[in-house]
This record gives sequence, structure tokens and C-alpha cells, in this order.
Amino acid sequence: MEFLVASAIGILTAGGIYLTLRLRTFPVILGVSLLTYAVNVFLFASGRLTVGAPPILQDGVSTYTDPLPQALVLTAIVISFGMTAVVVMIGLGAFLGSDDDHVDDQPQTDEDRSEGAS
Amino acid sequence: MSLFFIVALPFLGALLPGLMNSAGRSATAGVTFTVTLAAFVGLLTNLPAVLAGNVVMARVDWMPLLGLNFSLMLDGLGFFFALLILGIGLLIIAYARHYLSRDDNMGQFFTYLLLFQGAMVGIVMSDNILLLLVFWELTSLSSFLLIGYWKHLPEGRQGARMALTVTGMGGLAMIGGMLMLGQIVGSYDLSVILQNRELIQADPLYVPALVLILLGAFTKSAQFPFHFWLPHAMAAPTPVSAYLHSATMVKAGIFLMARMWPVLSGTPEWFMIVTTAGLITMVLGAVIALFKHDLKALLAFSTVSHLGLITMLLGTGTAFGAMAAVFHILNHATFKAALFMSAGIIDHEAHTRDIRRLGGLRRLMPITFVIASLAALSMAGIPLLNGFLSKEMMLEEAYHTVLFGSPLLVPVLATVGSLFSAAYCFRLIGHVFFGPVRDDYPAKPHDPNTGLWLPPALLVVLVVAIGVAPFLAEPFVKLVTASVLGDAAAVPTAYFKIWHGLVPALYMSLIAIAGGLLMLALFKPALFVWDKAPRPEAKVIFEAIVEAVAKLARAVIHATHNGAFSRYAAIALVVMVAVGYHAWSTGTVGPDTRTVQYAPPVFIAAWLMLATATAGLVILHRNRLLSLILIGIVGLMVSIGFVFFSAPDLAMTQFTVEVVTIILLLLALNFLPKTTPVESTVLRRVRDTGVAVLGGLATFALSFHYLLRDAVSTPISEFHLANSYKGGGGTNVVNVILVDFRGFDTYGEIIVLGIAALLIYAMTETLLDGPVRARLLNRKPDQARSGNKHPMMMVVLTRVIMPVVLMVGFYIFLRGHNEPGGGFIAGLIVSIGVVMQYMASGFGWASARLRYPYHGVIGAGVLIAGLTGIGSWFFGKPFLTSDFTYVRIPPFEKFELATAALFDLGVFLAVVGAVMLSLESFSRLARLAGYHDSDEPMDIDPLRDDTIAAGHAAAEKKGV
Repeated sequence: MEFLVASAIGILTAGGIYLTLRLRTFPVILGVSLLTYAVNVFLFASGRLTVGAPPILQDGVSTYTDPLPQALVLTAIVISFGMTAVVVMIGLGAFLGSDDDHVDDQPQTDEDRSEGAS
Repeated sequence: MSLFFIVALPFLGALLPGLMNSAGRSATAGVTFTVTLAAFVGLLTNLPAVLAGNVVMARVDWMPLLGLNFSLMLDGLGFFFALLILGIGLLIIAYARHYLSRDDNMGQFFTYLLLFQGAMVGIVMSDNILLLLVFWELTSLSSFLLIGYWKHLPEGRQGARMALTVTGMGGLAMIGGMLMLGQIVGSYDLSVILQNRELIQADPLYVPALVLILLGAFTKSAQFPFHFWLPHAMAAPTPVSAYLHSATMVKAGIFLMARMWPVLSGTPEWFMIVTTAGLITMVLGAVIALFKHDLKALLAFSTVSHLGLITMLLGTGTAFGAMAAVFHILNHATFKAALFMSAGIIDHEAHTRDIRRLGGLRRLMPITFVIASLAALSMAGIPLLNGFLSKEMMLEEAYHTVLFGSPLLVPVLATVGSLFSAAYCFRLIGHVFFGPVRDDYPAKPHDPNTGLWLPPALLVVLVVAIGVAPFLAEPFVKLVTASVLGDAAAVPTAYFKIWHGLVPALYMSLIAIAGGLLMLALFKPALFVWDKAPRPEAKVIFEAIVEAVAKLARAVIHATHNGAFSRYAAIALVVMVAVGYHAWSTGTVGPDTRTVQYAPPVFIAAWLMLATATAGLVILHRNRLLSLILIGIVGLMVSIGFVFFSAPDLAMTQFTVEVVTIILLLLALNFLPKTTPVESTVLRRVRDTGVAVLGGLATFALSFHYLLRDAVSTPISEFHLANSYKGGGGTNVVNVILVDFRGFDTYGEIIVLGIAALLIYAMTETLLDGPVRARLLNRKPDQARSGNKHPMMMVVLTRVIMPVVLMVGFYIFLRGHNEPGGGFIAGLIVSIGVVMQYMASGFGWASARLRYPYHGVIGAGVLIAGLTGIGSWFFGKPFLTSDFTYVRIPPFEKFELATAALFDLGVFLAVVGAVMLSLESFSRLARLAGYHDSDEPMDIDPLRDDTIAAGHAAAEKKGV
């Protein structure tokens, strides 16, 4: 099971990195989302994996999973929504403003130059 | 009055002038005056204690671990400076009321002035050197605003920038010096540092610390070679010049040297650096001042010169020198403020400050003539005025000072400085007020109203009073000197008097005055020589340096930042992996301590789905809609993973966030192209795959090793598990951590979330106002529109489900403390319920029914959470201490009431507001782009009689 979780983190990271290195905003945003999953799962896993022992205190139960990473990841998930929304808005604004959704600065074409000079 | 109030009053008061702006100029000035007066009176209430030789202290711990405490002290020296700052501040405020014209924004001016005043008072009262640095930087910033107050003047902006650059760099150097000083002594408290003279001077760090601190003091006090910024700061309105350059800003450096005098002075290094810099500044400033034609420039260079004089006195390191310095600080503040204000009056009435265009004003402006002449004669060192007394003391001290082994150097240069000083004072009086009355002034000069001449007149009264009766000032100056000297030396016994007998200082003084008169007689040929002589222009040099630095920065930035995000990302990723590998290969990896657990088939199936969806996403990412579906599957599998590994709260959060994220991306995709074109070369894709595989393998290896080993030290979670119920009153430990143990983090997080939403809102507003607006209005949909945008089935379903969703949200919220749930999850659930209404009936319909704007909801959430936290202060507990109790209201069961629930309510509201505001902003873009929907809940409504169906039915009826 540990192998599966670790490999899932690895797969999510690899997919995330590949998409982050694409040239257009939309795949980059998806890539960042995949990386967010990877990071959240990684942080969560720092409490180690425990099955069937949620941190809800009950009489007569003494083993619980580590609650702290859970609390931290919970807010991280919500914050990552906020950050995704901001990045999407920036990407969308840039696209609407320039009709171009490249993430890299585009080399100036001759047309642009003549426009700038005139 | 407590010292805290004295320092806080100007800062708090700074809010008022802006508010009073619309109430009129007198009201604005009046409120500023009142605030300053309150601080002044508060200061005076501490006078008895200071006179008794006590040091008034006030202290609040701020960051004790860093040694940074908000500790204030008031001794003789601090009192003296605070008195000058607040006292002259009062006169300046009264003067500025009449000086500024109707076009000037007076509220803004007085706000800056009060900020500056507060920062200055903070400097002179700080007991902690780190706190002092904070105030020091605040003076740099607020003086920048003041000097550049007339933003429309290029000279004003340039002067402000130059002042900020020079004093700011000096401030940086001083931070270094102060930190070293703190390291040497082991404390950042001035009262401790001042006790450790031997320790500091024996330390190898003494010289670097001294040099750095002096850099700060010299830049602030315009000492050579940093004197050049001060004359350029004269572009400020005259009240600012009078305030900054007589009693406050430039005296901050002097104050610092006086404050540190007991521990830093007395060494050869101190003597060499400080005396030499002071001496050069004094002579240079005086010579340049003589040949300036602008009245304010003349006064600016004379200020430079006098600051040099004071610096030199402090540099000698003798008790007598320190006393002379203190006395001259007082005298210079009085006559120089009066002179600046007089220059302002002349500028105000004659509309020029050019000495060549003035003359003969004696008859036209008799009051101004008397004020300016008395102040100028005092500056020249004429007996019966206060400048004479301290100048005599300076010459006396200079006579005994041996620099570079030469007993003549200092006395001769001091006499030369005094000579030029006397010459420019005589020139000021002679060329401005004497001579024939001219008929070509830009405006007809006459004496101003009382408001303008009374403040300088009051100062001149002091000038004469101290000059005639020096014994009046003597006890006070000696008191201040005693606190400058500390334990390092005893206060000199010499008395202040006008006639000391035929001492060398008198002869030097006479030479200076006679030479000054001679210079004035020879002014024309001297000016001719001066104009012909080549001189370096400080401003040109300064700008050349700034330009060169900017060029260098540009070259570096352009070479490394070419705007290609994917390049930065690739480089950063490879570096991260490399650093990780380095840590891996140099650290030690312990043996496995945990066994691999068995994976049930369901889990393997989930893993397979996750892996397949991710791979599919990467391969098929060019189809954007499909990739959204695939990433939804990934998110779902992650949620299921959380369920599996005992994290119900996380699963619920991930699941709900997933829904809103997909809606958000769909809204964005509405505008973006639906496919990603093939652009990158095969080589590039291979490179990216390589980087991705490398990163993936690295995280896999890290997590796998991690998961098979126990933590190296005991996790702190044991504490949370043990205290969750006892201390927090809840059995859901995750929720208790969020709202109680780490409530402060959560509080910060909801604020960040709110800011993100507001940012999105702000960007939408910008887009809707800018050129994008036209594009949106002209946009043709790139896909076929649905014929029935608001289908009846969906409308009915969402309406029916809404109360249920709200009920579930309410339930999840309430049980959150003891069972999985809480504010975050409830907020997300309710948001989904509301979003569904938008989706079903459209933006127009839904927003027409919106009663509270979402910004308000975010604000209310943050406010409720904050107030809950503050509530614990009333019980003497730290911020966000929670409390809970169990109550029983028949016929219900016993239930719990916790303040944490109130906090969670804040979280709930902030989440709802933030999510809804973000989504709403995206929808507003869409609404502009031609998706006009009606205000009706659905397109086809059987209840409406204006629909086609109803019309048909009616027609059929008639026909029958």
C-alpha cells in the first residue's frame, strides 16, 4: 500500500511537471492542479498511512491517525482553490486582452515592430 | 502622560487631517495643532521627573526572542529633542496654515507632517536600538513624502528621491552597525548598551560597527561627502524645509551621535572620522553658502555648515565639546527655523527667493526685516544673541583640539568657517534688506499677516533672551549634557557668559566678523572667481551613478529573465531535484521501521484509475474539455484515498472543492480556446518528459522512504489528541486543531482566501472597464448556443434541492466540532447549493435575488472570527483562547456551546463569500459577452401566460 501511495505521488508529480512545462495557460493550470494534489497527498502522508482510525475521539479507542497533517492539508486544499482561481483569472485576463494564451513572452514579429514604431 | 501616548499621538492624529480636509483649511490645521499640542503637554508632564534626573521608562514586549521590544525612555537628551520637535512643530503648523495656498491639499500635508513628527519623537525616545531603527526608516519615508509634497515639480520629485536614496542607504548601513553593537553587548536595549563602554571599544567589531553607524548618522545629517542631498531637498514647501532642516530630520544623525557618545566616542577612530568630516563639512558648507543666490539654497548650505560644526564638536570627544554641541543644537534650531520661515515669507510676498532680484526690503517689510536680521546676526555670531555664545564655545574647543598632530589645523579651519559663516549672514541682510528699494520685484512685497510672522518672531524672542541672559538656558543645557555624557565624563563646570575676558576664542571671533564684513565688501570679485572655478556638480554625479546602477541591473535582468516561464520552471525543477539528490547522497538513511501494509483490491482499482486518468490527461491534454473530466477523476480518487486512510474531513473538503474548481475552469474555458495546438518540437517534448520523469521519480523515492520509517522525534500530535476534548471540548481532533489549537493559522488562511477572491473581483473590474470590454461585447460565441438555456427540469430540481443543501450544510457545520465536518466544508456545500441556482436560472435572475454582496460576506466572516478572538482579551487571555460549556434546555438533550463554533461561523462565511465572489466574477465576464439572460427563472414556464404554449392554448379555446 505504501508503494501505491508513493507511486501515486510520483505519477501525479510527473504529470504535473510535464503539463506545467507546456506553452499554453490552460495545460499549465491543469499541471499546477496536479502538482497541488501531489503536494497535498505528500503532506498528508507525512502522518503515515493508517486505515480505519479516524481522529474522532471515542471511548475505548486508543489508536488514532495523526490529526495534525490532516488539519494542515484541509486548509491547503481550500487555499489552493483560491490560488487556482486567481491564476485562472490572470490567464483569462491575459487571453482576453491579447487574444493569445501563451505563457512565455512571444518574440516580437515584424508586424508588432512596425506598429510600435509608427 | 505615558511615553506610549506621546509617541502614538502623532501617528493616531495623522488620520485626522485627511478626514478634516473637507471641513476647511483652518479646521485641518487646527486639529493637527491640537494633536501636537496634546503630545507637547504630555511631554511637559514628564518634565519634573526629568529635571529630578530620573529616566522615565515605558516598556511592552514585542518580540522578546529577537531582542526587539517596544521600550521607550525619556532622559534629558530625549526630552530636549522631543521638546524641539514638538515645540517647533507647533510653530511650523501655525505657519503652514497661512503659507500653503488653496491649491495645496492641506490634509495630505498635515498627515505627512504628523507621521514624520511621530517618527522623530519615536527616534529620540526609543530605548531599544531595533525600535530606533524602525523609527529611523520611518523618518526617511515620511520625509520623502514631505520633500516631494509638490508632486508637480520635477525638482521636488528628484529632491525627494535623492534624499530617500542617500538617507535610506545610510539607514541600511546603520542597521548593520546596530546589529553588530547588539551582538557585542548581547542586548539591544540602549540603557544596557550605554553601560558597556569598555566592552564595546575593546571588541574587534568596534570599528566596523562605528563606521556603519556613522554612515547612517552622516547621511542623515548631511555630512561631507553626503551633504549634497540637503540643498536639493529645498524644493519642498518652506514649512517643510524649516521643520526638517532646523530641528528635526537632519538633527536625527546628530542626536544619534550624541546618544551613542558615551560608548562610541573617545577613541582615535571616532575622533579622526567625526572631527574631520565635521570640519570639512563646516568649511565647505559655509563657502558654498556665500555664493548661492537662492535664499533657501543659502540657508540649506548654512545648515550643512552648522551641522558640520556640531559634528566636529561631538567628534572632539571632550565633555566641553559635548556641552557646546548641545547648546549649539538648541541655538541653531531657534535661529535657523526663524530664518527659513523668513525666507518663506519673502518668497510668499515678493514671489522670488533670488537674492539678486531682491534688496531694499527693509522699508517694505520692516517686521520681517527685524526677525530675519536678528536671526541672521545670531547665526553670524554677534554678541548678545545666542549664536555668539555657542560659537565662542566652539572656537574655544577648536583652539584646544589637535588634529593630525597639528595644533593649528582645527583652530584655523574653524576660524575660516566662521568667517564665511559671518559673510553669508551679512550678505543675507545686506543684499536682501538694505540697498535701494527697487521697482522690478515680481510682486509688491509687504509684511505678511500675523499668522506668518508670529511663529518666527517667537523664536527670535528666544534667540535674544538666551543671548542676553545665557544663565537662563544654562541649567537645562547642563542637564541635557549630563545625559549625553552618561557615566563617561563629568559635566564641565564652565559657566555660560557673554564676556570671558580676552581669550583666544574672542580674537578668533573678531577675525571672523571682520573677515566676514571684508568678504561682503569684496563680494563681486569673489563671486567672479567662484563662477569661473570648476566645481563638481553633485546632482550630475549622483544621477550618473544611479543611471549606471540601473543599467547594470537591466543588463543582468534581461540576460536571465527572458520572459519564458517554461524555461524558469524547467530550471527551477532540475535545481530542486539536484538539491534533493545532494541531501540524499550526503545524509544518512535509517533502516525501515514500518512494514508494508496489505493493499485491498478496491484500493488497487482506485490507484489504477488515478494512474490511468493522469496518463490520459497528459496524453490527451490538447482536448481541453476532456482533460477537465480526467482531472475530475484524479480529484475524486484522491478524495477516496482520504476516506480510505482515515481522513473523513479531508475527503469531504477535497470532494466539494473539486466541484467548485471544475465549475470555475468550465467558466474560464467558455472563453479560452477549446483545444491546445501542437507547437513544441519533439525534442522539447522529450526534454520535458525527461524533467517530468526525473521529478516524479524523486518524489516517489522520497515518499516511499518516508512512509516506511517512523518520525525521527515524537510528533506533537499526541498533545492534540490528548487535549482535544479536555481543552478544546470537541472530539473531532482535526476540527479542534483548526478552530482552537491552530486557530490563528486558520484566521490567517481565511484572510488569504478573502484576499484572493477580492483580487479576482478587482481584476474583473479592471477587465470590464478596459479595452477588453469592447472585445467582450463584440465577441461571437465559438460554439452553438443551447436553445433552452435554463431548462425547466434543472430549475425545479435545484429549487427543490436548495433547502436540503442548506440543511445538510447547517448539519455539517454544527456537528463539525465532534464529527467530521465544520466551517470549511459547510461553507463549500452551501456555495455549491447557491451556484446551482446560478447555473439553473442564470446570473441575472440569481443576482437580482442576492441580498448581501459577497464582499460583505467575506468581511463579516473575517470580522466575526476576529472578534471572537478578541473576545478572549476581555478575560485576560491571549487572542483566540477558546472556552466552552454544556447547557441543557428542556426538552432537548444536554449540548455544548463553544466560542470555537463562533469562530467556525466566521470561517464558514469567509469561505462562502470567497467561493461565490470568485465564481460570480467569472460569470460577470460571460454576462457581458452577449449571454443576456432574462430575469425569469426559466425560458419556458408553463405558469406564464405570455409563452407561446399559453398563447396557443388561448387561441384554441377561442376557436372552439
